[in-house]
Amino acid sequence: MMKNKSMAYPYLIWMVIFIAAPLLIVVYFAFTTADGSFTLSNITGIAPYTAVFARSLMLAAVATIICLVMAYPVSYFLSRMRASKQHIMLMLVMLPMWMNFLLRTYAWMTLLEKNGIINKILGFFGIAPLQMINTSGAVVLGMVYNYLPYMILPLYTAMVKIDDSLIEAAQDLGAGTWRTLTKVLIPMSMPGIATGITMVFVPSVSTFIISRMLGGGGNMLIGDLIELQFLGNSLNYNVGSAMSLLLMVVVLLCMSLTNTMGDEDVEGVI
Amino acid sequence: MQKAYLCLIFSFFYLPIAVMAAFSFNESKSRTVFTGFTFKWYVDLFHNQRILDALWLSLGLAVVAATIATIVGTMAAIGINAMRKTPRAIINNISYLPVVNPEIITGVSLMLLFVVGKQGLTNLNGWFSQMGWGIRVPEEIFGLPTLVIAHVTFCLPYVIFNVSPKLRQMDIRLYEAALDLGCNPRQAFFKVVLPEITPAVLSAFLISLTYSIDDFIISYFSSGNMQTLPISIYSMTRRKVSPEVYALSTVMFLVILSIILITNAADSRQYKKEQRGDKA
Amino acid sequence: MKLKKWLAALLSAGMLLGLAVPAFAAQEELLVDVSDDYDWTRFANDNITLNVYNWGQYIADGTEGSIDVIQEFEKLTGIKVAYLNYDTNESLYAKMSSGGADFDVIVPSDYMIGKMVREGMLAKLNYDNIPNAAGVGEQYLHQSYDPNDEYTVPYTWGVVGIIYNTTMVDEEVTSWDIMWDPYYTGEVLMFNNSRDAFAIAAKKLGMSLNPQTEEEINIIAEELKTQKMVVQAYVMDEIFDKMGGEEAAIAPYYAGDAITMIADNPNLAFAIPKEGTNYFVDAMCIPASSKKKEAAEMFINFMCETEVAAANCDFIGYSTPIQEVWEQLDDEIKYSPIAYPSAEVLKNTETFEVLDDDINQKMDQAWSMMKSYTEGGSGWMILAFLIAAVALNIFVLWRKYHKKKRDNY
Repeated sequence: MMKNKSMAYPYLIWMVIFIAAPLLIVVYFAFTTADGSFTLSNITGIAPYTAVFARSLMLAAVATIICLVMAYPVSYFLSRMRASKQHIMLMLVMLPMWMNFLLRTYAWMTLLEKNGIINKILGFFGIAPLQMINTSGAVVLGMVYNYLPYMILPLYTAMVKIDDSLIEAAQDLGAGTWRTLTKVLIPMSMPGIATGITMVFVPSVSTFIISRMLGGGGNMLIGDLIELQFLGNSLNYNVGSAMSLLLMVVVLLCMSLTNTMGDEDVEGVI
Repeated sequence: MQKAYLCLIFSFFYLPIAVMAAFSFNESKSRTVFTGFTFKWYVDLFHNQRILDALWLSLGLAVVAATIATIVGTMAAIGINAMRKTPRAIINNISYLPVVNPEIITGVSLMLLFVVGKQGLTNLNGWFSQMGWGIRVPEEIFGLPTLVIAHVTFCLPYVIFNVSPKLRQMDIRLYEAALDLGCNPRQAFFKVVLPEITPAVLSAFLISLTYSIDDFIISYFSSGNMQTLPISIYSMTRRKVSPEVYALSTVMFLVILSIILITNAADSRQYKKEQRGDKA
Repeated sequence: MKLKKWLAALLSAGMLLGLAVPAFAAQEELLVDVSDDYDWTRFANDNITLNVYNWGQYIADGTEGSIDVIQEFEKLTGIKVAYLNYDTNESLYAKMSSGGADFDVIVPSDYMIGKMVREGMLAKLNYDNIPNAAGVGEQYLHQSYDPNDEYTVPYTWGVVGIIYNTTMVDEEVTSWDIMWDPYYTGEVLMFNNSRDAFAIAAKKLGMSLNPQTEEEINIIAEELKTQKMVVQAYVMDEIFDKMGGEEAAIAPYYAGDAITMIADNPNLAFAIPKEGTNYFVDAMCIPASSKKKEAAEMFINFMCETEVAAANCDFIGYSTPIQEVWEQLDDEIKYSPIAYPSAEVLKNTETFEVLDDDINQKMDQAWSMMKSYTEGGSGWMILAFLIAAVALNIFVLWRKYHKKKRDNY
């Protein structure tokens, strides 16, 4: 039974029908018209929407960088704590992830409002209310808040493997904080950085809920655009598929980039 | 310095949740002024038939999808383990797709498959009746069937990637020994292999369960007229805001928190016991 | 440890369940009077569930002292209702045309009904099962979307106007122009669906809200583009919350909802612009795919019961097409100039007609392009990104290759 390949057959059938076939259907729709003849017009039809793609990439990139900068010290501090404390802290990092992300985003919606709590507190100090909700900044904030744990966890996993003595050795040999960071810590945590970047960038670039709840509908992202083609106003499966295909290419590119990045520097260290 | 920074990050994590919790007890619907303490939103929440129905649907769906995914996925892991390197690599790569693809792409592609599939079934039925056959296949696939399929699909890779490493770690000689000692392959599997991989299978089941309960994006595209809990939360957040939503999230948070604390406490007691045992 | 975490999930689900159980105790007593000469209970033992797909905030749901109409229907007939919401006609259409839903009762607006009838998506009603439809006033029948009254029973009607906050807007609101006024930048909300948004821009320009050519669409879309920098957000049902919470000063919305909003926040007011506006009828229909048509007709009949319809109209604020129901309403709504505008105002309104498919498509395209449009948006950035990503990839690979070669020495 252990050597029985046929055990995998039910899954293989499932895989072909429900994983491979749907993606092929997306490709098929992307290159055909509504009546099924070949066309490139769906792909070229994306051209007017490049601004949306640009904005999505931009906001996702900004969110990813902020996450990285915020998460790096957290992960480092966590990895240097006593084991039992590490445990509790990790729990605290993961706990918000357990809540439904719609509810988490919704919480920010009410916080950022013009008459929301943040503005009330600012008003208390005599600062005029800021327009925070329905801006690109709010969308980035939503991404950072929702996906920060995805950055902390892989970074932590990578850093917990770094031996304290390595850092001490670097310092004993005269490396300052900065040099220790750039020459020891960052290269050694590169796999974690690479994984973290992918895990934040991919959901950020394809979200449509965060932009809708915090961006006010005027700040459309790729996800909104795709949703609009399938369940919304525009209703055009063919154009929607073309957009999905392009999004997939963008994501794959990003992933191969971070993959090679992670690999290379690990090799460099070893 | 270190403490201050961690405090800052954790307050960033928990402030929104705390604010929501505070205002779930607010008498008025205001989100900025606290006018008085009340439990009425909690009472309303548990009288809200739509939310309760959605909760049941989500739980039922999660159990069904996770069960199917665990069985099929575990079998697949065993089968794939028996394969040679190249086919194994190909299958693993394809299985990896739903994990790395943005959720919206998985959702959209499944929706297209269902749309095309439904059309196909309708045509098939047309053809059946044309041929004068009495057979009909069900056409109304959107709803529960599509939801189950979608959830099983995105759970399967997690099951496989959880169980496979355990299988590879396992000493195949144990299985061979069982065969040598007179077990038939079936017995050897159930008595030797299965106990060995049970923790991995169980954890795969639970992962599937949580992913399924939490999923919004993929369900959104293939739910038909079914409302899972996340979908009904989504429609709640768009309508006139009711503190019921706050109450719901507070309840969910408290339940999760207390469970984690309990398991954690049990964990550390176990840990201490083991340590004491070591000393003795 | 990981296992523990997932165990926790399982247990938490269990605990949620424990909380959920004690919630229900059925009350059998009916809170509304219904006509006696109709056989309401003929499906009581058939274990039927009706899928009703309606707009958000569009039925009396038991909150704020109203009657829970759905619950009453379930009590009366023994039919279970699965009630779902959509927020635009277009998303209703998208869901229906994917085959992704088998609904039994839907409530689209005029132009969408016309489109659905044309595409064969609606079933012809058997009015023998809906005797209450006879009460619908003559002026709401024979509409262009259903000239022979075969497919629809009007649910409500109304006009679109501007709802504004009197503490934030000092001037008198008389024109759609105010929604383009840079003075209110960031204070304006706008419809998040193409047809309603185009209608407003068209009326502002003095054009018909039923564009016939691509040029007209382009002109209107340009107008919407210039409005974009003034608009804080494109929303639908969120307007309730945002106007009620004074998050914005000006928003267009349907008259009935304006009444609800004003009742919640007395600072709000409603105006019908002088350029004219859209007059709409939302009607109950049954999709052609419904397999429970007779039960669905019973639901429609129930919704036209005088007491039920009055409860709905009192709650949602929309205007009823049934004279008898109007007489039952609270005076506050009955004589409200918002819900029942004068004949003079109504004369200056226009209804949506069904557009040709290609015009419709052009409009939806122009709409999503308008929404994606950014002032000074840089389309070349994506290309730059792709090239940069590929280049970086190649560079990294090259370095890796180089290093390997070097290491071999």
